[in-house]
Amino acid sequence: MSDRVLHVENLTVDIPLATGILHAVDGVSLHVDRGETLCIVGESGCGKSLTSLALMDLLPTKATRKIEKLELGGESILGYSEREMSDVRGNKMGMIFQEPMTSLNPAFTIGNQMIETLRRHRNLSNDAASELAKRMLEKVGITAAGQRLGQYPHQLSGGLRQRVMIAMTLLCEPELIIADEPTTALDVTIQAQILLLLKELQSEFDMGLVLITHDLGVVARIATRVAVMYAGQIVEEGTAKQIFENPLHPYTRGLMRCIPVPGKTKRGTPLGSIPGMVPSLIGDFTGCRFADRCELAGDVCRQSDVPLRDPNGKLQAYRCIHSIEMLAKGGVA
Amino acid sequence: MSEINSKTLESQTKSSVFRRRVFGHQGVMIGAAIVLAAVLIALSAPLIAPHDPYYQDLLNRLVPPVWDSRGSWEHILGTDHLGRDYLSRLIYGARISLLIGVGAALISGLIGTVLGVAAGYFGGRVDMIVTFMITVRLSMPVVLVALAVVAIVGGSLQVVIMVLGFLLWDRFAVVMRSSTLQIRSMDYVAAAQAVGCSTTRILTTEIMPNVVNNLIVIATLEIAHAIILEAALSFLGLGVQPPLPSWGLMVSEGKDMMLFEPWLITIPGVALFLLVLAINLLGDGARDITAPENRN
Amino acid sequence: MLYYTLKRLGLAGLVALTVSFISFGLLYISSDPAIAMAGETASDADIEAIRQLYGFDRPILVQYFDWLQRAMSGDLGKSYYFRTDVSALIAERLSTTMTLGVSAITFAIVLSVPLGVAAAIRPNSVIDRIALFLSVMGQALPSFWFALMLIVFLSVTFRLLPTSGSDTWQHFIMPTIVLGYYAAPAIMRLTRTGMLEVLSTDYIRTARAKGLRPRVVLFKHALRNAVIPVVSLTAVQFGFMLGGSIVVETIFALHGAGFLAWESITRNDLPTVQGLILVFSLFYIVLTFFADLLNAWLDPRIRIN
Repeated sequence: MSDRVLHVENLTVDIPLATGILHAVDGVSLHVDRGETLCIVGESGCGKSLTSLALMDLLPTKATRKIEKLELGGESILGYSEREMSDVRGNKMGMIFQEPMTSLNPAFTIGNQMIETLRRHRNLSNDAASELAKRMLEKVGITAAGQRLGQYPHQLSGGLRQRVMIAMTLLCEPELIIADEPTTALDVTIQAQILLLLKELQSEFDMGLVLITHDLGVVARIATRVAVMYAGQIVEEGTAKQIFENPLHPYTRGLMRCIPVPGKTKRGTPLGSIPGMVPSLIGDFTGCRFADRCELAGDVCRQSDVPLRDPNGKLQAYRCIHSIEMLAKGGVA
Repeated sequence: MSEINSKTLESQTKSSVFRRRVFGHQGVMIGAAIVLAAVLIALSAPLIAPHDPYYQDLLNRLVPPVWDSRGSWEHILGTDHLGRDYLSRLIYGARISLLIGVGAALISGLIGTVLGVAAGYFGGRVDMIVTFMITVRLSMPVVLVALAVVAIVGGSLQVVIMVLGFLLWDRFAVVMRSSTLQIRSMDYVAAAQAVGCSTTRILTTEIMPNVVNNLIVIATLEIAHAIILEAALSFLGLGVQPPLPSWGLMVSEGKDMMLFEPWLITIPGVALFLLVLAINLLGDGARDITAPENRN
Repeated sequence: MLYYTLKRLGLAGLVALTVSFISFGLLYISSDPAIAMAGETASDADIEAIRQLYGFDRPILVQYFDWLQRAMSGDLGKSYYFRTDVSALIAERLSTTMTLGVSAITFAIVLSVPLGVAAAIRPNSVIDRIALFLSVMGQALPSFWFALMLIVFLSVTFRLLPTSGSDTWQHFIMPTIVLGYYAAPAIMRLTRTGMLEVLSTDYIRTARAKGLRPRVVLFKHALRNAVIPVVSLTAVQFGFMLGGSIVVETIFALHGAGFLAWESITRNDLPTVQGLILVFSLFYIVLTFFADLLNAWLDPRIRIN
């Protein structure tokens, strides 16, 4: 059981459309260690959800994925058949989705849905599974757990349902949990509780956590490391401290400018915004994808594809042709 | 990069997308071709029919079609038990089917649309009453009631159109009601109301144009429905009366001889099948084209 | 759930009353019951006598309530043609029609549900195209013509099945197919659409993410939700089959309620026609009532408050 829970290299997701092939995810590489929380940040449509689905091999039928390396807990799961993958899902690798209101089957009780997960991956009797489910519900902070097992999803609130989803995902004690915008659909007060819960459980179970979000506030709260995605590519990655204190890529900087910082941002200063739109990813594309919206863009940016690089070796990588000095000079931070 | 963008934009203009969808849709093309052919045949019946469909030639009864060894080009599709030319009867029969289909659909469409749109737009008590009416109508056995009324009043083309028209409005009402409900909750209707537009104006300019898509789809399906029902009624003797060449009646007249003269029931049956199939394909295609998200 | 049931029951009763009134009115307005009863050879005096005797000269509402009162206690009048109680007549014939109806709907379900599921699992595949093709063909095929074609091929040419009558179960095979095939396309399409919709829901994605086996995802999670609207449709189609049975029973000479309808209509036997309309409607109403209840029970969101 290695420390590196997840290792992905060069993940690509293509979706064939009537007008051409959509390169939704391009050359994404990630890694997560035990006890580490990797936050993937980006706006809607940047490919972060597709990335997570690709890891679980749950892409919609039309989409195809290409990966160089995919290792879970040190073992490669790349060539796994559907049957082998189904043994891994819910067992070694779990996923929590965005919409708790619709993620549970309305026709079956909570208990039924939790027990079926346990009995799928573990050799347990109904009673033993039921007991385990009850204890897990209590662990995620649900009172009257025994009663809840017999209830139907529509009888619970959104926050409660998300706790149930978390409990259900933890039942088989997976090594890695991927959470795709787990708090976006919840009230702000509940959001904080759920994030705290995730953090606690992560340390208790010593898991790796990949949390996908578009909310920098969530990232600040929970991330160990951050990967910023734009137009299907990772444009910057580093520790949370690095990204927040010293963002390198113009996009990341632009994002940071959009958030008011209490104490720093003066009243009356207009909030930043990034002009322009995400480019079309259908068909072949050469050059920097952010060029059309970047103040520092030049012809050289559009000529050839820009690699992700880490010139200082501090494990903060960014995808821009300009040097760090140039960015500090010409860029507005 | 900008080249790609403008080209994709170009090929996405509304009319070109529409044209691509229509001509690329197999079902619509086949359906439209057959329906068009049927309509043209029906309209030009007096010009293209080789004989008078009512003329009885008792010396030439039950002549087989031209592909049989005993057939001849004089009567391409043979003759029936009264010596009447089958091809001519078939051609004039198309008139009857189409007339009844369109006629009944017009009447039921009018009734159903008025009821459905009223229910969807005004809601409340109006909706309750209309929904109740629809439930009552659905609970009545259509074939039974149609047969009974025709039996009492006497069968004829007009009676059949009226009876079917007054019975087949339910699907119109249901679909128009749900479409109107959907449109009604849209913001642009609220905007029109806020500006003070009269109800009539809102109904004609905001609601109707948007429910017309569904109306066309249902209309085609009900035309097909009416055609099949008329054929069934005429087959049972309680629809169009002889000597009119209704296809259903032709099957009924031919059924006693169907073992030795099978073309008598095969030919009108195939004609019915093809026409109804074509209309259904058109209707399904119209649904696919105007709302492709309903397809898959 | 109890409140829901009671509400539905009340509505059903109201619908039944309205249908009975409409059909009563329809028949009595468009014809003269005195003439129908007296027959074609009766004199004017006889007709007038009958009119007075049976109260056909009273206002229609009075006649209706009279009829309704008697109908509530099971008396549907006397058949003009058969000279027996209409209720007994219908009851006797109903069993044949029920047998036919049940086999027909079973045939339709066994044919369409698996096909619809298979088509939904692999959209745009060969099986999907075949399913859609069959449904389009089925909807265009006129039932009376289909019946004759079957008779020509199966009874006469290949001597496989009997042409008419209702003595053995073989007599029911062709009528079952002819009555059932018409309901199949609608059921298949609804199953297919329902399954497609369900298969793209979030909770199915969760089920897959939990590592459940595909068969479990399909039959436990997906089908259970997709089948709910199909239950309602099946009940409705079964109700329509009563109307369709008129044509089928007449062609195959099965002595059921549908054939009785044709017989009594062509003979202007008003009480029987009236009784049949009532029975057919009641049947449909009761059927949809139970289908609604079943629906509500299948969906925990309705069952539990």
